[in-house]
Amino acid sequence: MSQPVASEAAVVVSGVDKVFNVDSADEVTALSDIDLTIGAGEFVSLIGPSGCGKSTLLRLVGDLLTPSVGEVTVFGKPAHAARLDQDYGMVFQHAGLFDWRRVAANIELPLELRGWSRADRTARSAEMLDLVKLTDFGDYYPRQLSGGMQQRVSIARALSFQPKLLLMDEPFGALDEMTREHMQLELLRIWRETGTTVVFVTHSISESTFLSSRVVVLSPRPGRIHSVIDVDLGDRTDETREDPAFFAKATEIREALRADKDVG
Amino acid sequence: MIRGRLAGIGPPMVVGVAGLGLWEGIVWGFGIREFLLPRPSSIMDRLSENWPMLRHAGWETGRIAVSGLVAGILAGVLLALVTTRFRTLNEGLTPLAVAVNATPIVALAPIFNAWFGITGTLSNQAVVVAIVFFPVFINTARGLTEVHPDELELMRSYAAGEWTILREVRIPNALPFFANALRVVAPLSVIAAIVAEYFGGPQDRIGNIITSSAAFARYDVAWAAIAVASAVGLGLFAAALLLERVSMPWRLVDGGSENHNTPGREK
Repeated sequence: MSQPVASEAAVVVSGVDKVFNVDSADEVTALSDIDLTIGAGEFVSLIGPSGCGKSTLLRLVGDLLTPSVGEVTVFGKPAHAARLDQDYGMVFQHAGLFDWRRVAANIELPLELRGWSRADRTARSAEMLDLVKLTDFGDYYPRQLSGGMQQRVSIARALSFQPKLLLMDEPFGALDEMTREHMQLELLRIWRETGTTVVFVTHSISESTFLSSRVVVLSPRPGRIHSVIDVDLGDRTDETREDPAFFAKATEIREALRADKDVG
Repeated sequence: MIRGRLAGIGPPMVVGVAGLGLWEGIVWGFGIREFLLPRPSSIMDRLSENWPMLRHAGWETGRIAVSGLVAGILAGVLLALVTTRFRTLNEGLTPLAVAVNATPIVALAPIFNAWFGITGTLSNQAVVVAIVFFPVFINTARGLTEVHPDELELMRSYAAGEWTILREVRIPNALPFFANALRVVAPLSVIAAIVAEYFGGPQDRIGNIITSSAAFARYDVAWAAIAVASAVGLGLFAAALLLERVSMPWRLVDGGSENHNTPGREK
């Protein structure tokens, strides 16, 4: 993958295989021969059909799984060390807010675990609530919010400690189309404002096209990188979605995904 | 919300009073003999006549129930915590606990008398503990383990250790499960105490008063003792509900979205 990357590499995945249930009847190779470099400040999407290992790859980067072969380096150190250094922010499809904590307290949880003082935590959660446009909702309980609002809190929580790397696993998968498009714009705004690196798993072609600076197309069984497609559409706005260049790029990604199918 | 709660008390009060009135009317109207079914008014009379004895009995039986309840809860919660922490122990113990739970524990009361003495209260307490323990253990263990996998991955991404996960995720997640168990075992502890008293223990307790009154055909006194026992059971149930409300304020708010921290939810 000789992709042009930013000065510093955020993530380097080299020669990684991931095999589940090793030496048993249902042994399965989820990922095979993965090489990928993600530059600092990039927004990279992983796209592919179900079972292509995109979530597995995300979890390998986040050290929630360990590779069977090969290694994952994050900001120059092993992924395990990066996790212990708490370099990661994670957002899942399921917002995963804790029912028993108010919205502000949910955002403050990672800060509490880092031993921040109460005053610092309160100041930061207020800041984050502003960022995700939920300024007045700090004292609500999660179940009082809509799905889209909960997902925004989840993003605020992931960003609260300014992680160097934001890992997102289909974070908008459960949202309706209108909310999803709104959230995509919000995420891009936050990404620009914070300068964080984002790895984003999705199975939506238009979502990956709209959000990413690069799209990594994975093919299934075993999961391999089929191709890496640069997406240069400038600053995204709602108009971008109707831009012929956007459609051309989406088509390119779609064809890469189809090529997979013909092979498999 | 306060108004809503008071309004919630109204209908059952009306139905309860109407039910007592109907009971009184049927016994009087059909000439049902007192030893088969005494009227609520005569039960009230016996209650006030025998009040010092019944109050003492209710208090003592209540003490057996509450002490057994507390000990059973502590044991159940403790074992749930231990089995959650040590997975292999859980795999061995939980099926066993479920199997033991299926045995009718009150049937052990005479045996407990042999073990812990027939005149003291220890054997009665042991029955209560044994009855309370299993629902608390099984429900709490479920609440501690049935955590959404994303929530565990999130905590691990924060480099949180098992103790932090236990404190921040598993225990709060288990609270509603524990509360459900508490609602069941609080009144159950009174039933267990009384049934245990049928088989032995000191003679000035609710269970003994019911059996001896019935033996002398003083059914009205037995009913008065039953009324006292119901009051104790209701009191414990109310205490369980109060504890539930105080410990989980987030469950009192009206939710626009589905309440996901609910026991039995598909994860």
